[in-house]
Amino acid sequence: MLLIGLVLLPFLASIACAAMPNTARSATAWLSGLTALGGCVLLALAAPGVFSGEIFRISMPWFANVNFGFRMDGLAWAFALIICAIGALVVLYAHYYLSPDDPAARFFAFLMAFMGAMLGVVLADNLILLVVFWEMTSVSSFLLIGYWTHRSDARQGARMALTVTAMGGLCLLGGVILLGQITGSYSLDIVLGAGEAVHASPLYPVVLVLVLLGAFTKSAQFPFHFWLPHAMAAPTPVSAYLHSATMVKCGVFLLARLYPTLGGSDLWFYMVSGTGLFTMTFGAAVAIFQQDLKGLLAYSTISHLGLITFLFGLDSPLAVVAGLFHILNHATFKASLFMAAGIIDHETGSRDMRQLNGLWQFMPITATLAMVASASMAGVVLMNGFLSKEMFFAQAVELDSHHLIEMIVPIVATVAAALGVTYSLRLIHDVFFNGQPVGLTKTPHEPPRWLRVPVEVLVVVCIVVGVIPQWTVGPVLAAMVQGTLGMRPEYSLAIWHGVNFPLVMSVIAGTAGILFYFGLQRYINLHSVTRLPVSGKHAFDAVVGWVETLARKVVGWLPSTSLPRNLACLVATAFVAMAWPLWQNGFGSAPPRAATDVLTVPPLVGLLIWLLGVAAAIAVTINYRQRLTALVMLGAAGLAVSVTFVLFSAPDLALTQLLVEVATIALMMIVLHFLPQTSPVERGTARKLRDAGIAGVAGLGLAAVAYAVLTRPFTSIAPFYLAHALPDGGGTNVVNLILVDFRAFDTMGEVAVLGAAGLLVYALLAGFHVHFDHHDADIAEDWNPLLLRTVTRVVLPLAALVAAFLFLRGHNLPGGGFIAGLVLACAILVLRIGGGGRTILDPAHLPYQPWIAGGLVMVLATGIGSMVLGYPFLTSTFAHPVLPVIGEVPLASAALFDLGVFMIVVAATMLATISPALLPQDHDAETQA
Amino acid sequence: MTEVFFASAIGVFTACGVWLMLRARTFDVALGLALFSYAVNLFIFAMGRLTFGAPAIVGQGGATATLADPLPQALVLTAIVIAFAMTALVLTLALKGRFVNRGDACDADDETRIEDSPR
Repeated sequence: MLLIGLVLLPFLASIACAAMPNTARSATAWLSGLTALGGCVLLALAAPGVFSGEIFRISMPWFANVNFGFRMDGLAWAFALIICAIGALVVLYAHYYLSPDDPAARFFAFLMAFMGAMLGVVLADNLILLVVFWEMTSVSSFLLIGYWTHRSDARQGARMALTVTAMGGLCLLGGVILLGQITGSYSLDIVLGAGEAVHASPLYPVVLVLVLLGAFTKSAQFPFHFWLPHAMAAPTPVSAYLHSATMVKCGVFLLARLYPTLGGSDLWFYMVSGTGLFTMTFGAAVAIFQQDLKGLLAYSTISHLGLITFLFGLDSPLAVVAGLFHILNHATFKASLFMAAGIIDHETGSRDMRQLNGLWQFMPITATLAMVASASMAGVVLMNGFLSKEMFFAQAVELDSHHLIEMIVPIVATVAAALGVTYSLRLIHDVFFNGQPVGLTKTPHEPPRWLRVPVEVLVVVCIVVGVIPQWTVGPVLAAMVQGTLGMRPEYSLAIWHGVNFPLVMSVIAGTAGILFYFGLQRYINLHSVTRLPVSGKHAFDAVVGWVETLARKVVGWLPSTSLPRNLACLVATAFVAMAWPLWQNGFGSAPPRAATDVLTVPPLVGLLIWLLGVAAAIAVTINYRQRLTALVMLGAAGLAVSVTFVLFSAPDLALTQLLVEVATIALMMIVLHFLPQTSPVERGTARKLRDAGIAGVAGLGLAAVAYAVLTRPFTSIAPFYLAHALPDGGGTNVVNLILVDFRAFDTMGEVAVLGAAGLLVYALLAGFHVHFDHHDADIAEDWNPLLLRTVTRVVLPLAALVAAFLFLRGHNLPGGGFIAGLVLACAILVLRIGGGGRTILDPAHLPYQPWIAGGLVMVLATGIGSMVLGYPFLTSTFAHPVLPVIGEVPLASAALFDLGVFMIVVAATMLATISPALLPQDHDAETQA
Repeated sequence: MTEVFFASAIGVFTACGVWLMLRARTFDVALGLALFSYAVNLFIFAMGRLTFGAPAIVGQGGATATLADPLPQALVLTAIVIAFAMTALVLTLALKGRFVNRGDACDADDETRIEDSPR
C-alpha cells in the first residue's frame, strides 16, 4: 500500500493541479509541496525496514507473465528520498521563483507528473514498467523544459532533449526485451540474480550496448551530452530538480540497478569507465569556458555524472559505494548551486558571467551559500563532496588492470579534479568578486526570505554530511549499498585517513586548479571566449537536417500528386506481395477437393445471379462517363452480391449488403448533385491500355487465388464457434455472436472506426458553403411527388418497428445491431429524400454526434462492467428470465453491447449521408447569366 | 462448377474496380472503390468456402459440421459497413475538392487529362 501511495500520490496531485485555474498559485504549490512531503513521511515510515535490509514489495498480475508491481530496497529508497525531499524544496523554491504571469497550475501539474514518473522508475519491480516510467520522465521533462512556450530556445531545447532521451529510451526497451528473453522474466528479482546466464548469452554485448545507450543518453554522457546545456532554457527550479538531482541520475541509477546483472565484464569496464572518464574530463574542461552561469553548472553536471559512471564501470564493490555516495552528494550541492544561480538570475536579470561581477557586496548571504556549495563541488575538505572525491581517488589508484591504464587513470582523474576546482573557482570569483557588475538592468539585492530557504537547507546538509558522515548519511549509504550489491563491503566514511595517495592527489588537484584558473584569467581573458569550435548542437542539427532532406527526397520519389499512380503502385505492390509466395511455394501440394465435395447450386438461379453481377460490373465500367447510369448499374451489381450471400447461407450478410447498398447509392446520388454529371473523354489509348493491363492482371490473380482456395480442403476454427455458441453465448445466430461476444473486441474497434468516419464527414462539411457558378445552372428543382411525400411519412414508424424486431432477434436469428441500425438509418434517409420530413420533427436534423459518443460509451461500459465483476474485458453473460405475460425473455449482456453498435451505426450512417444533403447552397446562376 | 463462377465473378469485379480506380476523376475512383470492395468482400467470404442452404444458426437440430463457416461472415459484415464509411469519406473529399480546387480531377501529374469538364 505504501508503495502504491508513493507512486500514485504525485500523479493524483498532477491531475488535481491541472484541474485548477492558473491563478491558484498558492493552492497548487501547497498541494504539490504537501505531496512531496507526504512522500518523505511515507519513506520515513519505511526507513526502519529498509535499514534492516527488508525489501518492500507489492505486485499484481498485469499481462502475460509480467506483473504490475513495485519493489523498494535500499537503492530505490534512497533515490525516492532524493526525489521527494528535493522535490519539496523545489516546490517551495518554484513558488517564489515563478513570476505571477507564469501559469502556475500547469507548472506544478507537470512537476508532479515528473515526480510520479521518477518514483515509478526507481520503484518499478520489473524492467518493462521501468521503461514505461522512464519514457514518462522524458515526456514530462520535455514539457518542463518547454514550459516557457513563447521562447524559441526553450522549445528547441525541449525538442532536442526529447529526441535524444527518447531514442535512448527506445534502445533501452530493446535491451530490456532481450534481457527478458535471456532470463525468461522481466522481474527485477529474477533478472538481478541471473547475471551469469546473461554473461554467458551470445546476446550479452547487444544487451549491454542497448542498455548503455539508454543510460548514457539520459545521464548526458559523451557524445550524447549536448542536450543538457540546451535544456537550461527551462525555468531554474526545473534545472535544479530534473537536470541535477533526479532525472539525469536515471542513467546512473540504471547502471547501479543492473550492475549485478550486466557488470563485471571487460566490455562493461571499457565502455562504462572509458565513457565516464572521458565525459568527466571533457565536461569539466568545457565548463570553465562557459559564460552562462547555468551553462557552467550544466557542464559541471555532465562532468560529475561522468565521474559516477566511471566509478560504476570499475567493477569493484568499493567503487560502487563511492559512486552511490557521490550521487547523494552531487544531488545536494548541485541542486543548491542551481537554486543559487536562479536567485542571481532572478535578482539581477542576468545569468551572463561577463555582466555578473562583484555581487558579494549586494547579496552576501547568497554568496556565502554558493561558496559553500561550490567548495563541496570542488571537493574541499569538511564538505560532503570531499568524502566521495577521496573515495574516487582511492579507486582510481587501486584500479587493477593493464599497467598502462593503471598509470593513466590516476593522472586523468587528478586532471579532471583540477579542472573541477578551476570552474568552481571561476563560478565564485567571477560572479561574486572580480570587479563590478557590467550593464545590469536591475540593482542586485538579496532575494525574498523563502526563495533562499531551500538553498540554506541543502547547504546545511552539505556541511553536516561533510563533518559527521557516519552519523548522518551512514545508514542511508549502507542501505543503498546493500540494495545494489546484495552485500556490504568494508568501507570507512572517516574524514581523515592519514596522509595517503588520495589526499596527495586532492592537494595536487586543488593547487593546480587554483593556479590554472588565475593563469587563465591572466593570460587569456575568460570573458573573451565566446564560442567553442565544435558543439554537439551542430552535430545534432546536422543529423536532423540530413534526416529531413532524406525524408523530402523519399516523399519526392513518391507520386504524391497523382492519385491514379498512387493506386497503381498500391495494386502492383499487393500483386507482388501475393504472387511472390505463390511463385515460391506453388499453390500447395494438397490435392483439389474430391468431386463429391464440390457443391452444386441449382444451375439456373446461380447462372442468373452470375450474369446479373458480371453484366452490371461491366456496364458500370463501360458507362462510367455517364455517371447516373453507372450508379444505377452499381446498384444492380450490389444487389447481385447481396443475393449471392443469400444463396450461400449468409442471411446476415445479405441483409447488411442490401441496406448498405441503399445507403451507398443514396449517398452517391446526393454527392453527384454537387459534381459534374459526366466524365470527360479521355485522350490517349496507351494510358487506357496500361490501366486495362493492370486491372486485368489484378482480376486474374484474385480469381485464380479464390479458385485455388475454393477447391482445396481446409480445417476451420468454425466448429469451435458453432459448438460454444449456445452453451456459452446463449444464442443461436453464430455470426451475431461472433460480432457481439466471441470477437466483441474487434467489433469495438470497427464501430470506433465507423463512428470516426461519420464524425469526420460531419466535420469536413461543417460550415462549408456550396457556391454554384453559372456552369451548374441546370440543377433541377423538382417538387417531391405528393405520393412519395405521403408514403415516406408512414415508412418511418414501420421501419423503426422492423429495426426493433431485427435488433431483438439478432442473438438467435439474422438481425442484430448492425442490421437494425442500417434499417433505421435507411428509413430516415428515404423520408428525407421523399421530402416527407420537411417538418420540425425531421429526424434528419437531429444532432447525431452525441449518439456516437453514447454508443462508444455503452460498448466500453459493457466491457468494463465485466471487468468490475472480475471477468476479463468484454466477457458476456446471459440469462433467460421468465416475465409475467411476456414469457421467457432471452437476456444477454451482449445485447447492451449490440445496442451501442446500433447507436453508432445509425449515427454514423446518418452523419455520412445527411451532412452532404443538408449543405447550404446558393445558385446565383440566374443573376449572372 | 460453382467455384469457377464464383471465382470468375470476383475476377471481373476486381478488374472493373481497379480500372475505374485508375481514372483521373474523383467520382470515377469512388465507383471503382465500391466495385473493388464487393470483390474483396466476396473474396474474404470465399475463405470460409461455399455452403449451400445451411446458415450458421445452431440449435435447430442437425449436425453443426455442415453449417456455413460463421467467422468470415462476421468479418465481411463489418467490412461491408466500414467500406460504406470509407466510401462516404472519399465522396466527401471529392465534394469538397470540387469546390476548393475548382474541379474534380485527382491527377495533377497528367496535364493532358485535366480539361474543363462538360456538364
